[in-house]
Amino acid sequence: MRRYLGSALAAAACVAASLVMAGGGTEWSAAERAVLATLRLNQLPPAPADPSNRVATLPAAATLGKRLFFDRRLSSNGAVSCASCHDPQLQFQDGKAVAQGVGTGIRRTMPIGSAGHTPFLFWDGRKDSLWAQAVGPLEDAAEHGGNRLAFAHLMRAHYRQDYESVFGKLPDLEGLPADAGPLGTAAQQEAWQALAPERRSEVSRVLANIGKAIAAYERTLHHGETRLDRYIGAVLDGDPAAGDILSAAEIQGLRIFIGKGRCVTCHNGPLLSDQQFHNTGIAPHGPAEQALGRRSGAAKVLRDEFNCLGPYSDARPEQCGELQFLAADGPTLEGAFKAPSLRGVALRPPYMHAGQLAGLDAVIAHYRAAPPARYGRSELRPVALSGEEAQYLRAFLLSLDGAIVERER
Amino acid sequence: MMIFLRPALFAVATLLAGCMSAPPALDLSLSRATAPHGIRAEIKPLTEPVPLQKLHAWELKLSTPDGQPVTGARITVDGGMPQHHHGLPTQPRVTKDLGNGRYLIEGVKFSMSGWWEIKLAIEGPNGTDKVTFNLVLPES
Repeated sequence: MRRYLGSALAAAACVAASLVMAGGGTEWSAAERAVLATLRLNQLPPAPADPSNRVATLPAAATLGKRLFFDRRLSSNGAVSCASCHDPQLQFQDGKAVAQGVGTGIRRTMPIGSAGHTPFLFWDGRKDSLWAQAVGPLEDAAEHGGNRLAFAHLMRAHYRQDYESVFGKLPDLEGLPADAGPLGTAAQQEAWQALAPERRSEVSRVLANIGKAIAAYERTLHHGETRLDRYIGAVLDGDPAAGDILSAAEIQGLRIFIGKGRCVTCHNGPLLSDQQFHNTGIAPHGPAEQALGRRSGAAKVLRDEFNCLGPYSDARPEQCGELQFLAADGPTLEGAFKAPSLRGVALRPPYMHAGQLAGLDAVIAHYRAAPPARYGRSELRPVALSGEEAQYLRAFLLSLDGAIVERER
Repeated sequence: MMIFLRPALFAVATLLAGCMSAPPALDLSLSRATAPHGIRAEIKPLTEPVPLQKLHAWELKLSTPDGQPVTGARITVDGGMPQHHHGLPTQPRVTKDLGNGRYLIEGVKFSMSGWWEIKLAIEGPNGTDKVTFNLVLPES
């Protein structure tokens, strides 16, 4: 009996929400206010601890990581740093459809902000920690194009004291070649295989520690408050000035966002993301394996030597729950990509995992149409919005600007 | 299970799912009979209220129709959100036989509010039994 009552009330709430919207009012029902309250940035708890990185919250590691983040010497051509694609002036992304490092990448650069809250990194979740993510581009042929032995030499030459004060002694690299790594050129791979296993392990640990320092820095990058947060605060406080914070169109758009637009289904919580992987029928980009998204990302993270269960992790196996209980199978992984945070979304076209949609109009049109997926099955159903409602939703999304701020917690 | 049924919270959950209501006749009981052998399967969360976005554990209790504990069963866990065509964000599994027909299921995670299914396949001496539980999670 009670469940019928619950459903009836829920349906009534939906009807009530639509009625208020139809009337163009700015009043919020109790249920809507409860939803709004969950979206406020001040509801975001501190990022969970990362037991796989024992220096994750060490200020000296963050200081070292920040220097490394901006250091162009960490690339094969001396011209690419993490900040080349993760530009602090652009929410730590680059505004390009696909990243441009020493070569051309395959996916859209993801912004950095409150990144310590996500269990899996990259569009396909192929890394399970910030530090494991950070080491990926360093050795990627299209991004930094570096190799781990060259990075170890660089740390000895330029960062020895700072590195050793955080991580302990650097390995002795005397007599080793300048370049060697398991993912580099044929010559670099050959040089890597020629090293004794314990040397390879020592050098790999330096690379892991570079990642851990960069991760400690990245954990200091947080989303700043936006007008949305101030508006919701004012609504919840019953402040009549709330209507001065967002425009009438933006408020209508917010109502669609949490209501009939169903945006909040996946873009929920204070980061406006459920941090999960969804197939939304976006046109595939690149070869099939790449287009499979989470399907291939899940397989990659399980075999990644830098994952939580790997030899360079500081975690005990029982602290690696996300990896231990990773869903690596099932049809819903195919063509699924990460739902990104919408904080700051107004400032970073183009959209989707390879910049397939140029602007917010195209994004909203995509969700209204809900085209079928070429790989796997789209989770979307068409959203019936009028042209006017689509403009309201666009106005709301454009209100999501906001800066990335650096602070310890 | 009051946490699933408080009407106001239910309404919030429904709104969060963009007015995509769970079917009105949904059976939310956490004690159900399996098919085909009518084993009584009872699940309960070990963290209440059930958290969103966090790994947590559940306990499963199995008993025969005449009330005897079902021991030594092999259980697989599946599920997802039928209205969104996605599975569980994690792959939960039984990590411990707690004895007396009780089993620990770890690695459960729900990424959003709304209607979720938890499906169990229970392999016993007489074959495989199946049961599906429905949960409607409010925003915590």
